Amino acid sequence: MTILLDPTSETAVQERPLSPRIPDLTRVTVALLDISKPRGDVFIGRLEELLAEQEVAVRHYRKPTFTKPAPLDLRRRITVECGAVIEALAD
Amino acid sequence: MNLPIADGLLVVMKEDCETCHLVKPVLAELAGREGTLALVCQDRDNFPEGFDVIHDRELDISWTLGTETTPTIYRIEDGEAVDRQPGWDRSGWERVTGTTGLGKGLPDQQPGCGSGTMLPGTYERLLLRHSPYPLSSRRVALGSSEDPYEAAFGREWTDGLPVVPPTEERVARMLEGTGLPPDHILCTLPPDLAECTVEKVAINAVMAGCKPEYLPVVLAAVKAAAGSGFNIHGISATTYFTGPVLIVNGPVRKAIGMNSGVNVLGQGNRANLTIGRALNLVVRNVGGARPGGVDRATFGNPGKLSFCFPEDEEGSPWESLAVERGFSSGESTVTLFAGHGPIEIIDQKARTPDPLVRTYALQLRMVAHPKLAGMSEAIVVVSPEHARLFREAGWTKDRVRQEIDTLLTLPAAEMVVGAGGVAEGMPPWLKDRKQEIPKFGPGGIWLVHAGGDAGMFSAIVSGWVGGRTGSEMTTVAIDCKG
Repeated sequence: MTILLDPTSETAVQERPLSPRIPDLTRVTVALLDISKPRGDVFIGRLEELLAEQEVAVRHYRKPTFTKPAPLDLRRRITVECGAVIEALAD
Repeated sequence: MNLPIADGLLVVMKEDCETCHLVKPVLAELAGREGTLALVCQDRDNFPEGFDVIHDRELDISWTLGTETTPTIYRIEDGEAVDRQPGWDRSGWERVTGTTGLGKGLPDQQPGCGSGTMLPGTYERLLLRHSPYPLSSRRVALGSSEDPYEAAFGREWTDGLPVVPPTEERVARMLEGTGLPPDHILCTLPPDLAECTVEKVAINAVMAGCKPEYLPVVLAAVKAAAGSGFNIHGISATTYFTGPVLIVNGPVRKAIGMNSGVNVLGQGNRANLTIGRALNLVVRNVGGARPGGVDRATFGNPGKLSFCFPEDEEGSPWESLAVERGFSSGESTVTLFAGHGPIEIIDQKARTPDPLVRTYALQLRMVAHPKLAGMSEAIVVVSPEHARLFREAGWTKDRVRQEIDTLLTLPAAEMVVGAGGVAEGMPPWLKDRKQEIPKFGPGGIWLVHAGGDAGMFSAIVSGWVGGRTGSEMTTVAIDCKG
């Protein structure tokens, strides 16, 4: 019998369910996260208009650079200050 | 393990060894003298005839003694071998035994045979059995009719090419390339932030096809990749073309037989290809960056399989990349750059540096986009024939870079969005604030010397987003002893 050694990190990836959907966005503040890619602000600006029509409160956030994960402090701030987040992923 | 005697003489032998037969009269002489004589035979329990023989069937005694040749005579004191002589060598045997006049009638010397411990497969089994550091990775048992190459594909361990099956024996042999124990945690590797042990690197190095002597280079490359400045998370996740490019400097290049000459960026050299491949397999298997998962590259590039080469330091007109980055010329280093390419540079007409750097500038303007600036760094791999022009004219690296920077300080009006009828470009407000924009700026161009002797070409390795907002070139010393 051939025995091989596992080359992976052996960390089993758990399937994670989606968070519960928010029935009414007017009850939370929505974070609009700009990842600092060109024209992300255009997309976010349009979303803000649409959310404003529905009387949804928003707050703006921005990653220092799109090339790296959001800093821990920024993630914490969004978690504390908002109930949902929309991330503008690309140009 | 303990040796069969604590004090005295011990000879390791093999019946299947002409020199072991030759020394039988010497053994008879030694047996007649005072003191203990132990005869250990690897392949028989009754050789040499007429002596009490310890049959080293499992080769554990031979392994403990580090026997490489039969016969080998040892002097044992307090359970340790304090002197040894492999093969038959009269003066050596006399030294070990403390006697004179041994083996009259025999030739002065006769080489021995290879010890059974050195047989392929046997060596690795013994290595595993006697290692003080057991391997801890999960064992994956294959079915009796399962092809190990297909099994690796099936488990998504490969980069799309076949890998060498990482058996325990091969991994144990690979680990001989480092003094670090297998459970040593080298780093935490993004994007999964998984603990990366020396053992995991060794497993992936086996799969990539590395030799044990390449392992220190792979270990250094993994450390460099895991550093926050290099940002392997972003490099893995980006839609851009880029991947890790490895440049090796210092004595290790020659020690392990890397190629810095003909076809330096191409196929054909085991060390160049497998070291780069090993890093990418570690990032995939340990870090968790897989195409279609975290890796979202629109195209990628073939160098994401392996893009690794050494600098031709000996033929260079300049200090090496490693020296430029603060290391001594006697140190071995690996430098990681987030890049892709190459883009060709042809200039067969230039006979002095001035027109040549103009050609370099024209091609370098293409990096990322001719109308984008300040985003990417670039490495120019300067060939020997182009380097000759710089050497003859006495141009330093800094001079070359200054000339290119001057040529690539571009009119802002040409660079902004919409200029020239091209939508891509720099933000429009720039032209109101600046007359000119530097394409690269300080620290944006790196010069490395490599390539075959013939050909007035050079090569551009384009970068990703450079610097602190993207990926910083990262150089790490290679610990060839550790």
